[in-house]
Amino acid sequence: MKPVEMVAPATGALELEIMGMSKRFGDVVALDDVSLHIPAGGFHALLGENGAGKSTLVKCLVGFYTADQGTVLVDNREVQIANPKDASQLGIGMVYQHFTLVPSMTVAENLVVARGALPAFINWHEERARLSDFMATLPFKIPLDKPAGSLAAGEKQKVEIIKQLYLQRRLLILDEPTSVLTPDEADEALGLVGDLARQKLLTVLIITHKFREVTAYADAVTVLRRGRFAGSGALPELTIEHMAEMMVGSPVAQDVAPRTQHTPVADVPPRLLIDQLCAQGDHGLPVLRGVNLSVRPGEILGIAGVSGNGQKALVEVLTGQRGKTGGTVLVNGLPYSGRRKEQTLNKVYSLPEEPLRNACVASLSVAHNMSLRNYDKPPLARWGWISQRAMRKQANGYVETFRVKTPGIDARIQTLSGGNVQRAVLARELSHPVELLIVANPVFGLDFNAVAETHARLLAARNAGAAVLLVSEDLDELLELADRIAVMSDGRIVFETPAEKADVRELGHYMAGGHEETEVMQ
Amino acid sequence: MELTRRFLPLVEAVGIPVMALLVAMLLFAGFVAAVGQSPLEVFVLLYKGAFGSSFSWQNTLLRAAPLILTGLAVAIPAQAGMVIIGGEGALALGALTSAVAASALQGASPHWVQAGMLLSGALCGGVWIGLSGWLRQYRGVNETIGSLLLSYIAIALLNFFVEGPLKDPASLNKPSTAPIGDANMIGNLPGMDVHYGLLFGAIFALVTWVILKFTTVGFALKTVGGNPRAAQMAGLRVNYWIVGAAFAGGSAAGLAGAIEVAAVQGAANASVVAGYGYAGILVAFIARQNPFAVIPVAVLIGGINAAGGMLQRRLDMPDATVLVLQGIIFVVIIASETLNGRLRLIKFKPLSPVSAAISAKT
Repeated sequence: MKPVEMVAPATGALELEIMGMSKRFGDVVALDDVSLHIPAGGFHALLGENGAGKSTLVKCLVGFYTADQGTVLVDNREVQIANPKDASQLGIGMVYQHFTLVPSMTVAENLVVARGALPAFINWHEERARLSDFMATLPFKIPLDKPAGSLAAGEKQKVEIIKQLYLQRRLLILDEPTSVLTPDEADEALGLVGDLARQKLLTVLIITHKFREVTAYADAVTVLRRGRFAGSGALPELTIEHMAEMMVGSPVAQDVAPRTQHTPVADVPPRLLIDQLCAQGDHGLPVLRGVNLSVRPGEILGIAGVSGNGQKALVEVLTGQRGKTGGTVLVNGLPYSGRRKEQTLNKVYSLPEEPLRNACVASLSVAHNMSLRNYDKPPLARWGWISQRAMRKQANGYVETFRVKTPGIDARIQTLSGGNVQRAVLARELSHPVELLIVANPVFGLDFNAVAETHARLLAARNAGAAVLLVSEDLDELLELADRIAVMSDGRIVFETPAEKADVRELGHYMAGGHEETEVMQ
Repeated sequence: MELTRRFLPLVEAVGIPVMALLVAMLLFAGFVAAVGQSPLEVFVLLYKGAFGSSFSWQNTLLRAAPLILTGLAVAIPAQAGMVIIGGEGALALGALTSAVAASALQGASPHWVQAGMLLSGALCGGVWIGLSGWLRQYRGVNETIGSLLLSYIAIALLNFFVEGPLKDPASLNKPSTAPIGDANMIGNLPGMDVHYGLLFGAIFALVTWVILKFTTVGFALKTVGGNPRAAQMAGLRVNYWIVGAAFAGGSAAGLAGAIEVAAVQGAANASVVAGYGYAGILVAFIARQNPFAVIPVAVLIGGINAAGGMLQRRLDMPDATVLVLQGIIFVVIIASETLNGRLRLIKFKPLSPVSAAISAKT
């Protein structure tokens, strides 16, 4: 076995082979004898449900974990990757679902700092020149002098990818890199990476839940299930159904959630009416500039838009996490500001994005988190006294009905996987009669079984008469679920259409700020 | 297995502070040996001075009474996610206002005077720490620093009024406010040489513990402290809860100040600023912010304080010796906080062949 330093420095795509890799955490086998081969310049997709071991595998590969067993070969030489530094020397880099940029530093500073081993005195003139040359080779335009924290999610992810390219990686591991990107942004990012792979400058290993990206970009697929190898194949021979089958282990019923026909929504007064809503962002700049919309009972209104156009602030205002600076929000005709009384009165529930951050108390138990909506109402509480027994009974019921995988209802909710946190929140928000449901990117990072289940539950709520406001950056999701689609751009609703008449190109036009041209023309 | 999992939090909650205390004792033993004393002798004297006789027990409990309340001044805001260290100031202000209330209520029956003193002291301490909660929520001022700075102001205010406008001309050596009068002093618990303040503190702690553990108020507070965003989503008005928790904590410290005046000093003067507020921080951290655990921990720390005199008399060691011990305990306790949730790791850490190979190589 050769220590890393002795591997001759090389450039261009590398060939990767993993043989018999295993990793245990205590009693849990996260990865069991998994092998994988990617030729130089390959674009390999790693598929699997939540908790299938994909993240463990790549974390072993970049040296965050040390595998218990198994061999890694780079360009047919055995290498030992004991820490991230070793991986970095081999030219292996990773782009995560979550961002690793320093928010307070500019993009340029982030890129330079990532190089490591900086001199005590940085010649910024030289660095800028080098950066500009490098940026000129990219199809992206990224403002080098903006603080990374002020960029929208899509832009941040581009910077993460650019950072890896700037560091001259030979193998790029992408861990659900597009979960925060619009389809166009995703195509831009993955297209760039794909071109580099075709030119044999980069080998790519991508973890994703989006079959569209797999079929469009990958040339081979490996599927994991419960920590084990579950199948592999080359594209385009492999079909989506086939991949899905390998992931779940049995043919998937396509109609988990039969889409009820677009029944015409009854012409009743809106349950949610938003008029000229304005709000400021974290830095005091206006992010909502007069939003007007209405949702009627039994209707899903989908809000489409490129991330960073005010959708997040809209959801925050509606869930009481951000104050408004102007306009009105009426629920059932009454002013609504998200207080507990108003929520109870109007049966308002919500599924915000990033449930662990926005809808759960990470350090408290699953049972506690499941009681957040009704901890102060019978049977959970009487006269201010909480019944632990009732709380546990409710939690056990939720765990069973929504199939939440948890070590127990007393476990801290942060120990659950992302999909199961989402299930816990779904259980809490959808187990009672719902009149108004505020939803934002509900399937962010979920495997497709969980996606189907979540979608089915949203439709069920709608069919039961709830008014649903669904904010999503995934246009396909909106087209599948919504009755009406509104496009949000620059803090306003700029376009609205019934879903059955929606034209993707038209929506895309408005998402990209097309209304501004129209305004000028008028 | 199920049993260990169920009791692990308890084992952790008790085990980690106890381990930290033992480590701190060990370090203190090193310090004692370094200054040329026998650690064993010092520990024996510490025990005797704190819990060795009924006299030392009473001395200990006398000191534990304010420590329970100043410990709560840290532990209650901690439930809402705040680190408040300004208990000393709230105590000083509580002492000052209670003395003012006593002079305003002169002539009323002793019970009314006492009630007025305790209530006004608690109210004033509550407002003071509540102010640092308000500054945090509405002005973005870090509550730890805010409460500490407010504490300095409060102590300065006490000194200003005691040595200036409110000074009793009869108090020559030690400037004080006018005495509240012997008839208005809070008496001792039956059969003990310890005043009722101990009982008030213990009741305050127990009521707090019950509220936090069994009521919707405690549930909401834990939610606000754990994740304000989730609390907002659940419709809770986070700002009110934060300021309210700061107020409740401050009122405990203010009450401690009022009790010091009404039961011990008989007037407000600089003697009430005796470090109880700061020792309360230590109490709350050892108790891991659990209001119930604050009671025994306050007794323990009160005991260490009480034993200082004994060390001075027998070994000619300065009074500050026990402060060194307290300081060591504080550092070790804070350092041990990172062990939370890791007890399992220590037990199960597997040695993988790969990492074994690496460690063999280096």
